[in-house]
Parts: sequence; C-alpha cells; structure tokens
Amino acid sequence: MDRLKTLLFLISVVILLCFPAYSQTDTPTGLAGDAKPMIESPAGPPSVEAKDTKNDDGSAIDVSWQLSADDQRLVTKYQVLRSKSLAGPFEVAGETTKGQHIYTDNGVKVGESYFYKIAAVYEIKSADSTSVTGTGESQVIGPIKPIAQWFNMRRLNVLIWLLVTCAAILFYIWQAKSGKELYVRKIAGIDAVDDAIGRATEMGRKVFFVPGIQDMDDVATIAAITILGRVARICATNDTMLDVPVSRSLVMVTARESVREAYSKVGRPDAFKEDQVHYVTDDQFGYAAAIDGMVMRDKPAAMFYMGGFFAEALILAETGNNAGAIQIAGTNQPAQIPFFVAACDYTLIGEELFAASAYLEREPKLLGSLKGQDFAKGLFLLAIFVLLILKIFGINLVSIMEIS
Amino acid sequence: MKREIPLIITFVAGVAFVLQYFIPHYPFSRFENIFSDWFAIVGAFAIWLGALSLMKLSLLNISKKSHDWPISLVIIICFLSIVIAGAIDGYHGLNNVPATSFRDPGTNFDWLYQNVYTPLSSTMFAILAFFVASASYRAFRARNTAATLLLFSAFFVMIGRVPVGDYLSGWLPERMQLSHWANWLMAFPNTAGQRAVMIGIALGTVSTSLRIMLGIERSHLEG
Amino acid sequence: MKKYYYWFILIALIIVLILLPKPLIVSPTVSTTLTVLLGLALVVVLVLTLRGHMIGRRTVFLFIGMSLTLPFFMNFQMPIKVSPEVQTLFDAMAKLPSGSKVLAAFDYDPPSAPELQPQAEAFMAYAFKHDLKVIIMGLWPQGPQQANMAIAKVLQQPGIRAKNLRYGVDYVNLGFQSGNEFVIQRMGTSFSGMFPRDIYNTDYDKIPLLNGVENFSNIDFVFNLSAGYPGTVEWVQIAVDRYGVKVGAGNTAVQAPSVYPYLSSHKLTGLAGGMSGAAEFEQATKEIGKANTYILSQSFSHMVVIAFIIIGNAALFVSYRKSKQKGA
Repeated sequence: MDRLKTLLFLISVVILLCFPAYSQTDTPTGLAGDAKPMIESPAGPPSVEAKDTKNDDGSAIDVSWQLSADDQRLVTKYQVLRSKSLAGPFEVAGETTKGQHIYTDNGVKVGESYFYKIAAVYEIKSADSTSVTGTGESQVIGPIKPIAQWFNMRRLNVLIWLLVTCAAILFYIWQAKSGKELYVRKIAGIDAVDDAIGRATEMGRKVFFVPGIQDMDDVATIAAITILGRVARICATNDTMLDVPVSRSLVMVTARESVREAYSKVGRPDAFKEDQVHYVTDDQFGYAAAIDGMVMRDKPAAMFYMGGFFAEALILAETGNNAGAIQIAGTNQPAQIPFFVAACDYTLIGEELFAASAYLEREPKLLGSLKGQDFAKGLFLLAIFVLLILKIFGINLVSIMEIS
Repeated sequence: MKREIPLIITFVAGVAFVLQYFIPHYPFSRFENIFSDWFAIVGAFAIWLGALSLMKLSLLNISKKSHDWPISLVIIICFLSIVIAGAIDGYHGLNNVPATSFRDPGTNFDWLYQNVYTPLSSTMFAILAFFVASASYRAFRARNTAATLLLFSAFFVMIGRVPVGDYLSGWLPERMQLSHWANWLMAFPNTAGQRAVMIGIALGTVSTSLRIMLGIERSHLEG
Repeated sequence: MKKYYYWFILIALIIVLILLPKPLIVSPTVSTTLTVLLGLALVVVLVLTLRGHMIGRRTVFLFIGMSLTLPFFMNFQMPIKVSPEVQTLFDAMAKLPSGSKVLAAFDYDPPSAPELQPQAEAFMAYAFKHDLKVIIMGLWPQGPQQANMAIAKVLQQPGIRAKNLRYGVDYVNLGFQSGNEFVIQRMGTSFSGMFPRDIYNTDYDKIPLLNGVENFSNIDFVFNLSAGYPGTVEWVQIAVDRYGVKVGAGNTAVQAPSVYPYLSSHKLTGLAGGMSGAAEFEQATKEIGKANTYILSQSFSHMVVIAFIIIGNAALFVSYRKSKQKGA
C-alpha cells in the first residue's frame, strides 16, 4: 500500500512537471511564466463603409472608416483587412498611417464579393527589430461587389468639348469641300519658307531641317514631317542640298520616306540620297552638339526647327544664328517658344505649327479643319468669359457642374 | 492597298485610344497598355535601324575621306567603346553571385558614364548660360512698345528671382519689393500667356490628330 | 598673333583657377573689390558702346564666364526669402506625420543636376530627419542614379548617420522604368506591376517598406524632380487628376513657367523652380547646401545679363542716332 502511494505520488509529480513543458511554445523564450509584455490595444474604428469605386474597370473598392477614438493617442497605423467570406480568413489588403480614413483597395476582381474590416494597430518596435502590437478591430461589413462602369462620368465634360470641337472641324471641312472660300490670316513664318530656301539656293549652301527630339508618337513630330515634305519638294525643284539630322530611328524612317516621295513627286528621284536623312543620337545634348558641329562646319544658309524641342532649342538656334543662317522655328513646347522668338528670324507660335501643313498645301479639307479649330477656340474664349462674369457675381458654375 | 493599310491601322488605333480614355470597362481598359507595350517593343527594335544607319554613314565618310571624316572616326570609336565596355561588364556581372548590372558603380561602363558622358552633357547644358546672355543682348531691345514691355518684364523677373533683388529692395514695403513683382509676373501674366498657348496647342493637336485619323492629312506617309 | 594672345590669357586663367587650392574663399573686402572691378569693366563696355565701338559676342561670353566663376571664391551672404510656391511645398511636407510614405520621382539627368540635385539632397535630408519613408523611382534612366548619389551624400551627415537608416526599411530605390506617362498610369493600379524588383534586383514582395504599398492610395505624398518630359506635367495630369494623389515638384528654371498654371489651379502642391527655388527650398527645410552657394553665382550672372541688355539698348540708340545724322 505504501509502495502504491509512493508510486502514485511520483507519477503525479511527473505529470505536474510535464504540464509546463507541454504548455511552452516553440520560441526559445524561457518558461510559460515568461509571457510577452502586455500592450494596450486601441479602440477599433466605430464604423466602416465600403463601396464600389466609381468610373473604373471594376478592380477597386473604396473603403472608408471613422477614426478610432485612440487615433491620436495610440494608433500607429490602420490595416484594411479583406476576405471573400464573412468568417474569414482575412488578409491585409493595405495599410494607412494614423489620421487617414480612406483607402482604395485595387487588389479585387470584378464580379467577386468581398468583406472588409479595419484594424487600428498600436505597434512598438524594439531595437532587435521585433515588434509588439495591440489591435482594435471594427465590425465586418459586406458583401461588396466591384462593378466595371461603361463610361467614366468624370470625363463627361471632356467628351462634350471633344464632340463640339470635332463637330466644328468636320462641319468646316464639309463647307470647304462644297467650294466655300475660307480666309486664313497671313503667317509670316510659313510665308518665309520659300524665301529661305531661295536664299540657300542662291548662296549654294545647304538647308538644314531639324524635326525635334521627340518620337513619332508626338503630334508635333508628325506636323514637322508634313512641313519637311513641302520643304523637300522646294529643295528638289531648286536643286538645293537638304540635310535632315534626326534624333529617333522611327522618325528617320518616316522622314526618309517623306523626302523620297517629295523628290519623286517633282520628277527628281535620282537627286534623292538616303543619307540626306540620317540618325544622330537619341541623347538630347549629344544631338545638339552634333548639329552644332554640322552647322559650324557646313554653314547652312537656312535652318528649320520644327517639332518638339526642350533645353537644346536655344543651343541650336544661337549656333545657327552665329553661322549666319536664316532660321524658321515652330514648336509645341510653350517653354521653348520664347527662346526661338529671341534667336530665330521667324517663329510659329503654338498651333501655327499644326496649321502650317494646311497653310502650305491650301487644300480645302485642311483649311476647313483650321477654321473648325478656330471656332472651337472661340467657344472656349466665350466659356471663359461667361464663367468669369458669373464668378464675379459669386456664382461658381465650375463646382456646380463638377461630376463626381 | 499600300496607302490604305496604314490609314486603316491609324484610324483603328486612334479610335481605340479615344475609346479607352472614356470607357473603363474591359476590354477597353487594356488597349492603352497593349499599345504602349507594342510601341516600346517596336521602338526598342527600331533603335538598331538608327544605330546601323549612323555606323554606315560614318564608315562611308571615313572610306571616302570626306571633309569631316575625323568626326566620323570619333563617332565610331566612342560608339564601340561604350558598347564593348557595357557588354564586358554585363557578361562579368552575370557570372557574379548575386548578379550585378553593367551600370553598377565600379564597372567600366559606369566609369565612362561618370567621367566622360556626364561632364560632356553638363558642358552642353552649361553652354546655355552663355547663349542666353548673347540672345538677351541681341533680342531685348526697345524697338517698339511690345519689345519695351518685354524688356521691363525680363528686368523685373531676372532681378527679382535672385537674392540681389531683395537685397536692393528690402527697405521697401513687401508689395513694392522686386521679388514680389517677379512673383506677380510669373503667377499672372506668364500663367495667362502659358495657358493661352497651351489651349491653342491642345486644339491644334486635336485638329491634327483628327485629320491624321480620318486620313485627310497623309503627307507624313507620302511626302 | 594678337587674337591668340587673348585666348592664351583666358586659357591660362582657367588653368590657374583649376590648380588653385580649394576651397579658396577670399575675404569680404576682396570680394567687394572684385565685384566693383566687374562693375567698372561693364561701365567701360557701356562707354565704348556709346562711343560707337560695338562689342562682339565673345566679350559677352567672357563677362558671363567671370560672373559665374568668381562668386565661387567670394564671401558674400545674402538673405534668401522663401517664395509662396516653395513655402506651399514645404508646408505640405511638414504636415506629413512620421512614418508617412513619400514617393520620390527622380525625372532628370546629370545636365540638370546643378539645379535639381540640391533640391534632392535637401528633400532626402528632411525626409530622413523626420522619419518619412521614401520610395524612389524614375521615369528618366539616370534619375535613380542621381537619387543614390543624393542619399550617399545625405547619409554622411552625423545626425542622419546616427539614425542607422536601413535600405528596404526606411528607403528603397525601385529604379527606372520606360514607358513615360504610361508608367504613372499603371502605377495607379499596381506599383509591383511596374516595378517587380528594385534597383538591386530584390523582389518587390521581399522589401519590408513596400508591404501594403499597392498603388497611389498607399502613398501620402509624391515629390517629383523634373527636367522635362516625362515629368511634372505628366504627374499632374495622371497622378493628381486621375488618382487624386498630392504632388509637389522641383523643376528646372526653363520648365517652371510652363508648370505655373497647375500651381495656380491647385493641382500642384508647391513648386521649387530653378536654382532660386532650390536655394529657397534649402532655406525652408533648413538643409543649407550647394544651392545657397550657387545662387550667388546666378545673382552675379543675372546682373551681368541685365547690364548687357542695357548696353545692347545703348547700342540701339547709338545706331538710331547715327541713322538720323545720316538722314539729316
């Protein structure tokens, strides 16, 4: 009996000693009594709202919440938790810093339902990069389904203006085709093209045409190539040397074809040399340096700068001026227009560059589009004037019309 | 068909781009990404057209001993130096663990970039300072009323945008100081002019783009 | 032989300036004397012009060269007033709480570095000192390299070095991505889609700072340093207009005027334009750097340009007078 009691006692002691061992976690942090420091948890956000993001392709949901009562005192960040079912599991869709109460979740798929909750997190980081967090969660809301919209209502005003502009352009093209004479004011820079090439012919020197440093995806470069075709035709007729250094390979290909066709049209295909249109470099200042060198060595009599230019505009224009060339420039970069005005003989300002092809060809359809463009500009001026008058009287029509 | 196919492609691509701007729904939302990817791919391959054209022209100039053949020789040497340096560094970088790039500090390519390309680029940009001065000396003359207005605006902005302006006019009330005038000129007349030019350019772009899309403007295709 | 004599003097002067021990700062008295001498030289040019001796562009270049170089050796302190647009930029940054994520878009290359690198350094120093988390990227190929240069410089400051900032936790460099404005557009949906790895080829998901950073909605502020296209205009047109993110910018002096419309319509939250903007930004952030030195150079050169404009107009009046005399 005594032996049985001793045996029972020993078994009890062994069992009691095993409990702490079983209750320990895997982390080598000591015994069960060595628990993590207690950390206060902030209050969860009292209310959460989630709705489909408007005017998108159904890949986003806007989540908003009221700030936690402990936002200023405890909260380090908010976690937006997302799940496909009410019971979870929830994953972290994103985080915001304290004080923020809106988040757009772009990780959702159109047509699927989602549930959200917001966790206000209080985090303390220790020196060894571990952190202790306290979390307060909101209620779960949902299900919310992201929907793809068929029209972006925020761009309705753009669509209206675009339709009005296109309608005006098409109307005046139709009017021009039906034989109506359209007046286009004199543009001195474009009128001077023939004179500039004539000067080069008389002096026996080259004509340089620089189509800018932008690629073919820029409308200004396309406008420049259009003008190049006209310039190439005059050079071919007068037997004047034309040099076209370009900055982009695609521009080289397009410009070459344009110049080749221009020479063929005037019956001088033999005079065209492929190397007239040659690639220099994509680098902005390398391009400027190369053209400066060519200009100082060849001393052209006429230079055309048409297209998109940036900081190299003045470098090119001043060098051309030093070489004694007559210079005609046109660019769609507002920042470079003043430099061209200061350094060149003629400058096409703003949309005059795009009007150049219509002006040179004098084709009714092209002139009609110019007229339509001007009509649209007149409408813009009227709208600005009307809105200004209304604003003076305290009526802010822009904010009334704002489409969310 | 040689002329019609590019026009059809232009029209379809143009319409697709316009539609994707207004219609966020699939598949319109994907158009911009698809087209921009293809443009990047075509552009990347097209660079070879330009590079080969440059090499061909340079070699021709050297072989014919035309008047600027030393310049062409320099072009070829510089081109090959950069390409070979980048290729060697790239190859060695692939064999490193972890793999390094030919652009990383310490490579030959980086040395050429830091010690040749960067100073040359900076020098070309710095030339602007001298050219601005000579252009100003030539252009800012009081020939008429508009030119005189331009002259005075330039004076106020140039002197007001540097500390010298406040140094000279600091004793005046704030509204009379040169920096205030410079800020006013930048914020109001300059902004008004910039906006007007931007609106004009935007309308010109719409008009030109519409002409290109509808095939009315086709001189960039056929000269 | 005579014309080469002047070139020889100029080249010798440049070599002497290069070989002189640096930093070489002369006393305020010598600085004032040099300034007065420069002014007197301009007066001499004006008098010569009025007498009918027209100056060539090389004389203009010589004076510009001197006005840009000499201030580096001078000892002048000028108060720099922070303009409203730079103050707006700084106020927007100052409102960001500690831990905010800022996207820094480096859209420039070495030629624009004199104007934009001081802004970059001032921004990085401010961000690091105020515990802002910086995510760097670039739409220009050399932009991220410029960012690394700015970080390397800023990390040498004792106050910042003591913070033991860690790459991947306090700042990260995602590198360059081609595609211009399309990159910004696609970042509105997914940063990791555009930048699957950082500049050191670490996967996006493995970078601690980028945990939870999906797109612009997780970014508190965008600071864009821009020298052209693609740049501030594209960031405003896409990031601000479509995704509603706040963007502040530093621009070169050439680009700044064309960005003012966005500033006055409150699409752009602040602008530091050119060298003066850089100096003002350094003053506002209290991170005094190279721009405060360079601005003196710019001040001198502006005064010389103004002087030559006056000289040019004097030449115009002389020519009017001569033609009147001939007519009479």
